[in-house]
Amino acid sequence: MGEVKLLGGLGFSPYVNRVEMALKLKGVEYEPIAEDVKNKSPLLLQHNPVHKKVPVLIHNGKGIAESLIIVEYIDQVWQEGPPILPKDPYQRAMTRFWAKFIDEKCIIATWKACCSTGEEQEKSKEESMEALKFLEDEIKGKKFFGGENIGFVDIAANFIGYWLPIISEVKGVQLITEEKFPNLWRWMNDYCNDNFVKGILPSKDALVERFKSK
Amino acid sequence: MSKVKVLGFWYSPFVARVKMALKMKGVEFEYVEENIRAKSELLLESNPIHKKVPVLIHDGKAIVETMIILEYIDQTWEGPPILPRDPYHRAMARFWVNFIDEKCLNTMLKACWRTGEEQEKWKEEAILNFQILENEIKGKKYFGGDEISVVDHAANFIAYWFPLISWGRMELVTEDQFPNLWRWSSHYCNHPFVKDNLPPMDVMIPKFKPA
Repeated sequence: MGEVKLLGGLGFSPYVNRVEMALKLKGVEYEPIAEDVKNKSPLLLQHNPVHKKVPVLIHNGKGIAESLIIVEYIDQVWQEGPPILPKDPYQRAMTRFWAKFIDEKCIIATWKACCSTGEEQEKSKEESMEALKFLEDEIKGKKFFGGENIGFVDIAANFIGYWLPIISEVKGVQLITEEKFPNLWRWMNDYCNDNFVKGILPSKDALVERFKSK
Repeated sequence: MSKVKVLGFWYSPFVARVKMALKMKGVEFEYVEENIRAKSELLLESNPIHKKVPVLIHDGKAIVETMIILEYIDQTWEGPPILPRDPYHRAMARFWVNFIDEKCLNTMLKACWRTGEEQEKWKEEAILNFQILENEIKGKKYFGGDEISVVDHAANFIAYWFPLISWGRMELVTEDQFPNLWRWSSHYCNHPFVKDNLPPMDVMIPKFKPA
């Protein structure tokens, strides 16, 4: 199927992690290449000249950027592995909707709710609560957002499932509690304890150290 | 009852993209004009989270968010492809649509509506984004190459709406600075299919042009 490289591999980014999850779900062999954000490689600048960010997937010499676009690409190219997005057009549309919702409404708001201060923090906390309530409703009655198996939305929600609780702990800002969001709480535990996911997530200690310094 | 409905505002570039995609596929649909100050029950039920247009309702199921609707239309109906079939070109199309929708539109509107120092900052960013698009369109008739593509439609705001909104306020996309984007805008707006489907200038001017 051609040579596959992942720029940003071996790091701590949830966006890179999404791509790693997709590649591993499909059983694709790839070469992870670490990137230094303070000293970006010529390969990164060549293949993502617009944003100059990781992750970038290089497949047969061609670069694809933006984590969810890469995951969709992987799903389309490697048809033999388990499907990441549903085949049904309506289900597919709903899956994309929730992934976009997580990216646009949940990640930035929850990050700011933990890491900013004053009025910005208060506003972000409110926005987070509102966004998380929608996710809470969406996960009700389902093991994963993808149903019985991990899917596109679960991959997109990796920040919520793993990074956010760690940041919350480090910064002392509790957003998702069992009391307030029992379904999301259950999903987080199932997600982080899933054998497949567990094997791909970066070490908690390393992330704690990273966030302590932010 | 119509099988396919589109809820929209006549002046929205996002709604225009959806209507064009349905027409490309030869899909008959019922268009429902919404009122931004009095959104219908149907809109609020179909898009409870964002409460925005466009909304596509097909067989009673609602799909929202412009690009998600376009991908749904492409997957559901036969006819000319809206997105490239090749995985790499499809990924690149999605990348550019994302860039235009998330980066360009946002910075352009803020450059128009903010004031003072903040406006200057957004103007600079908008110009940087235009430079990226200028490079991308160089040597090509359309973003899609010889044929108009989903990326061209995503940039419809730049070709048709923005010149009206920014007229008299500022000249951001000048022919001097952005000759390729300027040329592309003209090709896009004069493309026979596009021309037939853009809201007519005589109703756009009173709506958008500053007094």
